[in-house]
This record gives sequence, C-alpha cells and structure tokens, in this order.
Amino acid sequence: MKALFLVRYGEIGLKGKNRKFFENTLTKNIKRALLDVADCRIHQTYSRNFVEVVDGDAEAVAARLSQVFGIVSISPVAIAPLDLDEIKAVAKAEFEKITRPGVTFKVETKRANKRFPYKSPEVSREVGAHLLINIPDLKVDVRNPEIKLEVEIREHETYIYTRTIAGPGGLPVGVAGKGLLLISGGIDSPVAGWMSMKRGVTLEAIHFHSFPFTSDRAKEKVIDLCRELTRFGGKIRLHVAHFTEIQKELRLKTPERLTVTLMRRMMFRIAERLAEQRGALALITGESLGQVASQTMESINVIEKVTTIPVFRPLIGLDKEEIMNISRRIDTYPISIRPYEDCCTVFLPDFPATRPRLADVEEAEASLDIEALISESLAKTETLDITTNT
Amino acid sequence: MREIYLDNSATTKVLPEVAGVIQDVLTKEYGNPSSLHRMGVAAERVKTEARRTIAGGCGVKESEIYFTSGGTEANNLAIKGAARRNRRRGNHLVTSKIEHPSVLYAFRALEDEGFSVTYLDVNQAGQVNPEDAAAAVGAETILMSLMHVNNEVGAIQPVEEIGRRIKEKNSDVLYHVDAVQSFGKLPVRPSAWHADLVSFSAHKIHGPKGAGALWRRNGVHLEPLLHGGGQEDGLRPGTENMAGIAGFAAAARLALKSREKNFEHLQNLKSRFLAGLEEHISEVTHNGSGEDAPHILNVTVAGIKGEVLVHALEEQGVYISTGSACHSHRPDPSHVLLAMGLKEEEIGASLRFSFSSLNTETDIDQTLEILEQTVESIRLMTRR
Repeated sequence: MKALFLVRYGEIGLKGKNRKFFENTLTKNIKRALLDVADCRIHQTYSRNFVEVVDGDAEAVAARLSQVFGIVSISPVAIAPLDLDEIKAVAKAEFEKITRPGVTFKVETKRANKRFPYKSPEVSREVGAHLLINIPDLKVDVRNPEIKLEVEIREHETYIYTRTIAGPGGLPVGVAGKGLLLISGGIDSPVAGWMSMKRGVTLEAIHFHSFPFTSDRAKEKVIDLCRELTRFGGKIRLHVAHFTEIQKELRLKTPERLTVTLMRRMMFRIAERLAEQRGALALITGESLGQVASQTMESINVIEKVTTIPVFRPLIGLDKEEIMNISRRIDTYPISIRPYEDCCTVFLPDFPATRPRLADVEEAEASLDIEALISESLAKTETLDITTNT
Repeated sequence: MREIYLDNSATTKVLPEVAGVIQDVLTKEYGNPSSLHRMGVAAERVKTEARRTIAGGCGVKESEIYFTSGGTEANNLAIKGAARRNRRRGNHLVTSKIEHPSVLYAFRALEDEGFSVTYLDVNQAGQVNPEDAAAAVGAETILMSLMHVNNEVGAIQPVEEIGRRIKEKNSDVLYHVDAVQSFGKLPVRPSAWHADLVSFSAHKIHGPKGAGALWRRNGVHLEPLLHGGGQEDGLRPGTENMAGIAGFAAAARLALKSREKNFEHLQNLKSRFLAGLEEHISEVTHNGSGEDAPHILNVTVAGIKGEVLVHALEEQGVYISTGSACHSHRPDPSHVLLAMGLKEEEIGASLRFSFSSLNTETDIDQTLEILEQTVESIRLMTRR
C-alpha cells in the first residue's frame, strides 16, 4: 500500500432508502476519477469510504478526490500496528507534521476492534500524554481543539489521522437524473454545468454551431470545456447542432433588434426536442439576471414561453465576478477566454431589444417555417462522446 | 471534394521527393555529424552538400551558411546577435513597420535591453522609401533589417538600393535581409544587396517545417543565442536537425532549378486570378501594386468578414488566409495593412491568397467560381 485516504461524505447519509444507491454511485465516481492516476482499492464502510492507493501518485489521488461531488472531506491516514507504543509513535510523527507552538489539541479514539486491550478513553489519554510529554508547548482543549488527532482501532491495524482536506460537497453525479446544458464557449455556461453536476445531475450538452460564421476552433473550444467538466462526473455527450440555416433565415426575414430573442427561442426549441429524445428532464443555461440583453426578466420570459420543460439557471443570482471566480477554480476559465467567436457574438446586433414583447416576437416568427428549421438542425446534429482522456 | 490550397505563404506541402530524402536521413543515414565514425562522416557530407545548395542558390560561400530551426530563429540570431555583439559601436537600430513578427518582436526585445529603434514607414504599396532608409542611418546606427518580400501583401523592398545607400552613409552599418518569402522564388543576391546577413526558411518552398538558415558574411560577428557543443562554429550549437537540413536542401534544389519557370507560372496565375476577381466580384481592392512578388495577393472584399470567408471556403475545399497566418489567432488588425494606410474595416475584410508552383489554372478558375457565389451569400448575412 502506498497511501490511504479516509473519504467522508455528508448529505448523502441522510437519504433513507436511497442511501445504498447514493453510496454506490459515489464509489463508482471515485473509481472513475482515479482511473488514470493510480491503482486504488475502495473500501466502503458506514458513511465513509477508505481509498487505498496500491500504486501511483498519492498527491494526485488527493487532488482528484477533492473534486468528486458528494465528498465532504478527505484525510490522509497513517497506519500503526495494534500496539499502544507503536500507536503513540505514529501519532507523534503525524502530529509533528502539522503542529505549531501554543496549539491546542485533543485525541479522539474509536475502538471498532473490541479485542484491543485498552478502551477508547484509555487510548486517548495515553496518546495525549505521550504528545504532551514529547512535543513542547501544547495545550489540551477537549471542546474546541485546533488539532484533532483521531485514532481508529480496527480489525488488523490502527488508523491515525489529523489533517482534513475539504471536498466539494454536493451530491454524487448520477443521482439526480439527466440535464441538457446549453453550452456556448463563454465563461458562464460551463460554470452552470458544474453547478448542476454538484447537485448530482448527469450532463449532456448542446452547442449551436454556425459554421462558417463561427470557426471549427470555436467548436474545439466547447469540446475542451466539456472535457474539463468530465473530470467532475465522467462522460459527457455533446450534441453540436447546426445553426447556420436558422441564422440565415432570421437575418433575412426578421427585424434585427429581435435577432437575439428569436435566436434564443430557436435554441430552446431545439434543446427541448433533443432533451425529450435523450431522456433529459431539464435544460440548464448559464444565464444570470440582467447580464446581457437576452437575460433581462422580459427576455427570459419571452424566450422561455417556447418550452414546457423546466429550465435551470444555476447562475441567476451570481455576479460576473463570482462566476469568473468559480470558472478559474474549476479550470474552465483559460479555455473560455480563447478569442474565438460563437454565434451569440457574431450576430449580435448593435441595439438588441432588452424588453422584447411577446406579440412582436410571435409576429416576427410568423414568416418562419419553425418546424422545418428545427428538424433540419436536428438532422444535421453531430454527436460526440467526450471523456477525460479523449 | 478537390482540395485547393492557396495558403502557401503560411506553409507549403512537402514534395514527395523531399519527404523521401527526409525519410532516408531519419531511418538510414541517421548519424550525428559530430561522430568520428563512418556514420558521422556521412552525415557531415549531407550537411556540407546542403550548405553548398543554399549558398549556390544565392551566390555566397558555403562556409557562410548556418542552419537554424527556421526563419524565426535565423531572424532572431541575426538581429539580436548583431546588436548585442556590436553594442559598443552604437545604440541605434533600424527596421520597418511591416516586418514579420519574428523581426518586429526581436527589435522590441532589444528596446527593452536599452537599444533605440527606428521603425520606417511604408507607402501605400507597402514599400520603404530608400531616401527614408538612408536618412534614418547615423553614426550611432549599427544594424538595419528589412524583409525582401512581405509575407502579407507580397511587396518587394528595394533592398539593393537601400543597401547601397545606407553603406554609403555609414559603411559600418550591418545590413540584414529577411529572405524567407523570396528565396527560391525571386533572385536572392546578398552581395549585390550589400547585405551582411540573410535569413531563409525551408517550409515556404515545399520543404519541412523546423528548418532554416542564416547566411553570415565572413568577418561579421554575432553573439549566439544558444550556447552548447560548438556545432555550426558555435553560432548555433545543438545536434543538427539533419532531416530538416537535408529536406531543406532537397526542396531548395528543386525550387532553384525551376525558379524562372515557376516565376512565370506564378505570375500568370496571379494575373489570371486578379483579373477574374475584378470581373466576377464587386468592390474588390488589391492591396499592393503590379510590381509585387507573384506568389502573394492581398485583397479587400468589401462587406465581408475575412475570417468568415476563410471558413466558408474551407467548407468547399479551398484554403486561404486572412491578413497572415500569424495573425489569425489574435483579434488585432494586421500591422502591415495598417502601415499601408488601410482602415480597420478594410483590414477586417482582407484576404490573402498565396500560390505555389503546384497550383494550376484550374485551381484559380474553380476558386473564382466558388468565391463568386460565397461572397454574395456572406454579404447578405453580414451587411447591414
């Protein structure tokens, strides 16, 4: 064994009968997240997992684990034999890794192995005394310690840990059903995808491609964004919908100031149709209230009228700055800022309507064969399965 | 779908003969020229022959050719090497506003080191006025660098007249000419130009990427960019890229042998294309003059976005470029067209067609046909 990590999960412990399903999904996700960095064994126990690194890079394992949704925290575990003196020695070594002058601490012991000759309070007392004698300038504080050293007496060995690395929390991807993310290539939509995954959503994504008005590099960008997102939840199926003909029709037949509204309505219609085909239960967008013309309440209202499927907008209350911070944290930012235009910017009119009226919009659409445009776009849709290593 | 490649200033296809030579060097004659044994000697011979080919192509001594990783390195070595080595003679450098980024940014880097640089203007045809060039040279000037043929518009600089005039004014000025876009296509004559340094690249003449050379007149001192095992007289150490060098030489031999025939062919293609454009497409402006190099044509097609037309043509198997390939990842407009006095919207609607000896009249005619339809449909979409 190269290393051992204790993995704690929170919320999913509360889910009654579904608990097993949640736990199994998390275990599966952990396995997948570690597949390419190390050879690991996972031991599922009540409300916690132990990840045993058999071979590979333990640092990389910790980094990956800290990104798996459903995990609340991770602790690297040191192992001692079932012998009190050995336990004291390992505890001291572990403690020395993080101690500082004047620190307060506490030792907490769990004794699962009842054959171990000392009871839990005795072990805590012994280990605590050992630390106090051998490490200068320590204080015990059993109520609110700065360092909690935990000792777990198990069947064949003792686990000792002091450090806690925060996980992302949330629910394991795969427990909440499937959602279809409208992904543009900008900063917001990947963050919206990530936030949905955080609540257990399995993602598929749809991108609207207007070649030659947008380039294949814009498409590559979206593929790369999806690939970043796969790190949080496995494979993502990306649908690249052909949008050029629709752009042309809008351009030739509808008023310029409504272009953005009409374009978004077409996107929602196509996405809803695809969601039905793919068994997705919601659309997910990166909209944030008031950020651009299509994201005012009036626009959102008029646009959403074309669908009956729920539309999730995880970013609705976030500021651009907050969205950018998440985007940097999840590593999608450097991809999002590559300078290739997507169809939302290429055809942006100089003065888009910020308060479109439904009647005007419906009148403008009267000249379009909407059903034919949707079918054509779907017929020309390209499907790509994006995985972490493709 | 037939592929029509009209982006030969960005790079060219490696000819099968050249690829054959490269494969032989990689798999059969793979020795290191520094090795003492027979394999090393064979590699050394390949290198000497390559030097002879490049040198012979421009009438210079073979011992004065140094192989580099390409045009960018040759330009950097010439410019930074000359400026740094001759610093004690003066602090002033001269170049033009329309140089390749590997020249412009080398000068920017030298400005950071404390050198003062004059960037010469160009006229509407993209040419430097020899008068201006001579006027820019003073007693403090240690280096002038100009390109022979501009990569975006094809403008040919009066390198010979400029060389003569600057040397008359100050015989100590070192003169570098970037011949990346002209070698193998136009006569390259370093001695007639009064040049001291000339840069070359392999992949613009159907050779491999990652290979190039610098000609350095005997007696000119340069500070190397790299330090190492002493290869190439210590001017460019590092185990030689033998496949690149051999491929470069093979491509140069072919280009030089047919240079005049190719020149005529290219000129014919260009005038056919230009005439066709004027006939079939409205509101086209040629960014350049009739005196330009025959393999590069830059035009502005009013009412389109250059990049959109590039993608629309690629969908139909035709490969061209906006401004220049080095620019297409950045949104800022071409510095060359800006210097020639074009407005930003004209630059945004500019395209570069660059031809090679492999192109045919059919390529030209089909491209014109495709352009005629495509330009109209794009104008419908992007014009307001």
